[in-house]
Amino acid sequence: MYEQIARNRRASWLLAGLVVAILAGLGFAIGYATMNGTSGGIGLLGVFGVVAIVWSIIGYYSGDKMILAVSGARRVTHAEEPQLYNVVEEMTIAAGLPQVPAVYVLDEASPNALATGRDPQHASIAVTRGLLDRLDREELQGVVAHEMSHIRNYDIRFETLVGILVGMIALIADFFLRWSFWGGMGRRRGGGNSGGDQAQAIFMVVALVLAILAPLAAYAVQFAVSRKREYLADATAVELTRNPLGLARALNRIAADTGKLKHANRATAHLYIANPLKKSKAVTGVFDTHPPISERIKILLEMAHVGPEALGGRPAGPEGAPAPSVEAGASGGPSGGATAQASPPRVPPPRIPGE
Amino acid sequence: MIAVIVLIVIVVVIVAVLAGMYNGLVKRRNQVDNSWSQIDVQLKRRHDLIPNLVEAVKDYMSYEQETLTAVTQARAAAIDAGKQGPQAVAEAENALTGTLKSLFAVAENYPDLKANQNVMQLQEELTSTENKIAFARQFYNDSVLTFNNKVQTFPSNLIAGMFNFTTRQFFEAPESDRAVPTVDLR
Repeated sequence: MYEQIARNRRASWLLAGLVVAILAGLGFAIGYATMNGTSGGIGLLGVFGVVAIVWSIIGYYSGDKMILAVSGARRVTHAEEPQLYNVVEEMTIAAGLPQVPAVYVLDEASPNALATGRDPQHASIAVTRGLLDRLDREELQGVVAHEMSHIRNYDIRFETLVGILVGMIALIADFFLRWSFWGGMGRRRGGGNSGGDQAQAIFMVVALVLAILAPLAAYAVQFAVSRKREYLADATAVELTRNPLGLARALNRIAADTGKLKHANRATAHLYIANPLKKSKAVTGVFDTHPPISERIKILLEMAHVGPEALGGRPAGPEGAPAPSVEAGASGGPSGGATAQASPPRVPPPRIPGE
Repeated sequence: MIAVIVLIVIVVVIVAVLAGMYNGLVKRRNQVDNSWSQIDVQLKRRHDLIPNLVEAVKDYMSYEQETLTAVTQARAAAIDAGKQGPQAVAEAENALTGTLKSLFAVAENYPDLKANQNVMQLQEELTSTENKIAFARQFYNDSVLTFNNKVQTFPSNLIAGMFNFTTRQFFEAPESDRAVPTVDLR
């Protein structure tokens, strides 16, 4: 398990390096094409580098707050949401993290959850109202364990940093494309000798191609990492709860919901436990932020050594489930029962989509 | 001259490796101690919650004196066991868990009790505390496992022997826990 985390971390840094390289290439090509040849290229590369560093530092320290703000998150205390808060505390202990993350609720009807921050000392977990209404204690535990895994594996830091860099590439490329349309052409014709002009023309073409392709490549890289990390977080969640079925049932309920999140957008979609924009299908595309949810459920069921029928209906009682969940279920009266009464109609047909 | 430099480099490397191993052992041992104190925190919290629970339910459950007494006694025994090391604590706390399970199972028979907001809150807190104990134990055992592996395997066992690092006990669920008398009301 730890080996896998380490390997994943290495791969992630490699991909982060690739994003930086794309950024550098874009900077050089645009600089070369629009300014004074090589020196212009290096100059703009330097400018991009400085901006990227400053931008990353700002994003690193306040990115989580921005994400929570645009998602419409409201911080809750133990008194307001005792069960959610308790479950987060339980998972903090299971993960051996030094500090309980800040707990937020999103006032959205669709069930979903996200984690953000920069390290376990500065982390937040947010779940939607819909998730609290629909999931029982065991399922909620699975979801929170998944988010806690993102925190423990430092996925949150990686997502924050890569998110910043990818956003920057997209912004620069967009800016350059607009500029070259409206102003660039006329100015370039003005001066310089013919040899330099030719090289500049070539680099202009290179810059244009890069400006179009770079954001796509950057997104592809980011989402590839994001998909891998969802699987890893599922596996780590099971390591924490020792109860694959809880998370499997939770994912099944989340998949059964067809609503979208009001406050989620393309920039924050990859942070959620399941795609909040709902384009769920059985095949993974290059630009998917999440692996197919049916595939994740399948893997979890295999871990539990049970078939899809285990997802169906309320569990009558805990049978042979490992230690912590037994207690959660054995005294299941308060937690499970309370939510059952309070919650609006349950998601009726629990089944695996795409099967 | 070169020989001296080579010798110095070798010595420095060896010292660095040994220091790394020593620090690794200290770090693991601290983690074990810390995770033990985590269990302790949760056990204390449970001890504190139980009197409130007993107080809250005793009016409803006057016919269940036996169950309530068992819980109270198990709690007292668990507090006593606190000074006798992990093994005794594990046994006493597991017994307490058993009595609490019986209490909640019996409570299913009293609809008024289940509707009581105060009792419901206490039950959520106790459920959570039970879970926290279980998860803290899980993490403690994982920490002990990695620490013991370091202490017993080559080459860190040499350092461990030199500086008196000894293996730790697991927090085990004894046989009695697996055979908890459950009250089946279904």
